[in-house]
Amino acid sequence: MIQAFAFYLFAALVIASGALTVLARNPVHSVLWLIVAFFNGAGLMVLVGAEFIAMLLVIVYVGAVAVLFLFVVMMLDIDFAELRAGFIRNFPLGIAIAAVLLAELVLGIGAYRAGAIGLGTPMGDAAPLLGESNIENIGALLYGRYLFLFECAGLILLVAMIGAIVLTHRERKSPRAQQNIARQIARNPNEATVNARPEVGRGIEL
Amino acid sequence: MTAVFQSWGLSYEAAWLFATVAGVLLIAFPLMLAVAMVIYVDRKVWAAVALRRGPNVVGPFGLLQSFADGLKVFLQETIIPAAANKGLFLIAPIVTFTVALSAWAVIPFNSGAVLADINVGLLYIFAISSLGVYGVVIAGWASNSKYPFFSAMRAAAQMISYEVSIGFILICVVLWAGTFNLNGIIEAQRGHGLGIVNGFVFNVLLFPMWVMFLISSLAETARAPFDLTEAESELVAGYQTEYSSMSFALFWLGEYANVLLMCALNAILFFGGWLPPLDWEPLYLVPGWIWLLAKIFFFFLIFSWIKATVPRFRYDQLMRLGWKVFLPLSLVFVVLVSGWLMLTRYG
Repeated sequence: MIQAFAFYLFAALVIASGALTVLARNPVHSVLWLIVAFFNGAGLMVLVGAEFIAMLLVIVYVGAVAVLFLFVVMMLDIDFAELRAGFIRNFPLGIAIAAVLLAELVLGIGAYRAGAIGLGTPMGDAAPLLGESNIENIGALLYGRYLFLFECAGLILLVAMIGAIVLTHRERKSPRAQQNIARQIARNPNEATVNARPEVGRGIEL
Repeated sequence: MTAVFQSWGLSYEAAWLFATVAGVLLIAFPLMLAVAMVIYVDRKVWAAVALRRGPNVVGPFGLLQSFADGLKVFLQETIIPAAANKGLFLIAPIVTFTVALSAWAVIPFNSGAVLADINVGLLYIFAISSLGVYGVVIAGWASNSKYPFFSAMRAAAQMISYEVSIGFILICVVLWAGTFNLNGIIEAQRGHGLGIVNGFVFNVLLFPMWVMFLISSLAETARAPFDLTEAESELVAGYQTEYSSMSFALFWLGEYANVLLMCALNAILFFGGWLPPLDWEPLYLVPGWIWLLAKIFFFFLIFSWIKATVPRFRYDQLMRLGWKVFLPLSLVFVVLVSGWLMLTRYG
């Protein structure tokens, strides 16, 4: 009973906050609704017994990605009238993207039902290794059966990261003043200050 | 605790519900009390370092000072700036406070004395503590005022930077303990140092991790010397500038609950949690939660000692420490720890 109640609560909240993400006028509100959607998605994951995925969803998407989204969106200077003016112009593009996403969804469900990946049974109920926790299951799968694909994914991400750094890297024209913390700490009062009594009218050599 | 309620003739569901609610109250009320007392301790330590007396008027030795302050803010008027985004402005302190409290659900106070004994306990804490930044960011944005906004920007960048290295430090601990469950991590520390002392901190490979974790937890809770989000010389009071009354008090309570949580994590991950310091039979006669509270208090004293002693970091120094020192070092230690474990335990 409580599972059904929790499921409908989380599911309704995911859909509602997803809709509000799209409908909200203010982009910051949009991002916040998106965060609510992620959070309830994590709740659904807990309900199906995938607590590891749920925690990763919160850590990665809510804790890191959405913070950066919010960070960028908050600094945008947005003219709402201009935003709405572009609606008709961008409408075909939006429809095209929606169609692609729908096709991907259908393909994904089709592939899953065909059981090609072997993650779960074709009927949709996941079949974990018995008597082991979530983390051990995923670890065994990722670092055993799909090791090559997993490493490939990591390599692609590394290349993307290096690419982003190379693209945004600027060569500094003038050398910036570098702070050498070790040197600062190693200084002591005896060599930093000089006690001298110069003659009147004559400076002091440092 | 469910069994106790069941023995009173309740059905399992009702007993579970009552037990959980009772557990939540058993954690939340002492935590609030502890926060009030710890604010007093913080002020006393700070005063002692500055050769002042600190709060000493309300109650014996000024012990009731925090309650007087609480009553004061409770009776104040809540001021909402006209330009503020009203809904988000009021939600922000609630988010901070709720998040700070909910992380305590998985903290074990004794073997078995834990509200939610989930096997991803450490990940849960990591996830919840990464949510803490939202209260600050939302508050800064919703205030619609420039100092809170600067503070929110700083908080977002700072917390993300230090979470990365905290993640790698936690991975080292988890690798050694072999579990994400906090009780399991504590059990793995029994007699860890030469079979005599309890705690991962006596491990040569994990000791540097603890030092980095202590410093990162200062940064994560935005305590001095990393309290750039509320640097009063630059940002007035940071994200709290526009807040007053209870909404301000919720920020305070949440902040100190977070500090206590980080102290508890230091104790649990590296100092054996509810285990006594030595693996010696008579010490086990003292209940586990007393050991845990003593360790939390010890770390809190370290926190307030640091706050009273160290000057504030500059922002670029903070970023340098996070990304150029802690991140590479913790990565190297992940490799070292997993290599050592492959050599000795799994090889």
